[in-house]
Amino acid sequence: MDVIQMQRTWVEYTKSLYREGYLDSQFAQLQLLQDESNPDFVVEVVSLFFEDSERLLNDLTKVIDQQQGVDFKKVDAHVHQLKGSSSSIGAQRVKNACVAFRSFCDEQNIEGSLRCLHQVKQEYYLVKNKLENLFSLEQKIVAAGGSVPVDELGFL
Amino acid sequence: MAAAGTESLRWNLAEEVGVSGCNGSGSEEFHVLAVDDSIVDRKLIERLLKSSSFKVTAVDSGTRALQYLGLDGEKSTSAVGFNDLKVNLIMTDYSMPGMTGYELLKKIKESKAFKEIPVVIMSSENVLTRIHSCLEEGAEDFLMKPVKKSDVTKLKDFMVKGDQAEKGKRSSIKRKMDDDILKLTMPPTAIASSSSEVEDQSSSASHSPSSSSSSPCSSPCKRTRLQ
Repeated sequence: MDVIQMQRTWVEYTKSLYREGYLDSQFAQLQLLQDESNPDFVVEVVSLFFEDSERLLNDLTKVIDQQQGVDFKKVDAHVHQLKGSSSSIGAQRVKNACVAFRSFCDEQNIEGSLRCLHQVKQEYYLVKNKLENLFSLEQKIVAAGGSVPVDELGFL
Repeated sequence: MAAAGTESLRWNLAEEVGVSGCNGSGSEEFHVLAVDDSIVDRKLIERLLKSSSFKVTAVDSGTRALQYLGLDGEKSTSAVGFNDLKVNLIMTDYSMPGMTGYELLKKIKESKAFKEIPVVIMSSENVLTRIHSCLEEGAEDFLMKPVKKSDVTKLKDFMVKGDQAEKGKRSSIKRKMDDDILKLTMPPTAIASSSSEVEDQSSSASHSPSSSSSSPCSSPCKRTRLQ
C-alpha cells in the first residue's frame, strides 16, 4: 500500500471507530494534544491505559472469584477507577460497561457482576485491538515518510 | 538613629513587596501541583497544562502533595523553600484512596503558608453536595472530568488576571515605599511643613491604589461548574 492509500485507510478506520461508539470525543481531545513536540502522546497515554486496565481487570477477577464472599466495596472501587481511565481516553464502550457494572455492585448482585465483568473485558479487548491496529497503521504511514492526516477527520 | 530607622523600614517594605509574587522566580510560567491517583489522568493533566505553558509537578496522593509542600510535619522534606518551586495553583482529584481531594483542600486552607494558593477540585461525578462542600471549603473551582483544554485555558486566564492585579499592587506599594524613604531622608523642617501631605498619602494608600481592587487569587472568579 502506498502512503496515500494508507492515509485514506487511516481516516476511514478512525471514523468508523467513532461511528461505532468505540471512541468518543475525548479521544479527539487527545489527538488535538499531540503535536511535533509531543508526537507520541496518544500512544503513550493509551499504553498507560492498557497497563492500568489489565491490572484492574486482574484484580477484579480475583476479588469476584472469592469463595468467602465478594467484597463489593473493593469491586466498586476498581470499576470506578476503570470507568475513570476509560473515560479519560475516550474508550466509550468500556466506560459504559463500567457504568452498568457499578449498578450491579450497588445491588451486591454477584450474577450481574460476573456478567458485567465479562462484558467489560470483552469491550476492553475489542478497543485494545482496534487501537493497536490504528497505531500500527500510523507507524507504517510515518515510516513511509507520510504524516497522520488528523485534520482530515473533519470534526476536530 | 534616623539611618537605622530608614534601613529597617526599607527592609520591611521590601519583604512585603517580594513575598506575594504570583509567578515563580520571576519567570512568566505558573507552577501547578497536580494530584491524582490515576496514572492515566496524571499523564493527561500534565499534557493539558504544559500545552498552556504551565510548569507541572504531578503526584499520586494527597500525602505526597503535603510532603511536597512541606506540610507533613517533616520540615526538611519541603521542596518549596526555593523560589523556583513555588506553587501557584493546586489541582486535585476528589476521589482518591487515603486522603480525598476534599481533605487535602482543607489541610491547604488551614495552613498559613499555602491557604492563598487557589485549589481546583476535579471529579468524574457530578454530585451537588460534593461540589457545594468543596466550594464552601474555599476551592476556587470544581471541574468535571475528563478535564478539557477549554477548562485549562480558563484557568490560565484566571491566573494571568490574578498576577496582573498582584503586579499592580506591588508597583503601587513600591511607589509608596519610594515616597516614604524619600520623606525619611528629608531634613526635619521639611518633614514638619509637609506633615499634612504625609498624612494624606498614608490615608489614601490604605485603600488599594491599583485599578483592580482585589486579587482574584483570594476571591473566586466563578463559583459553580455544573454541566
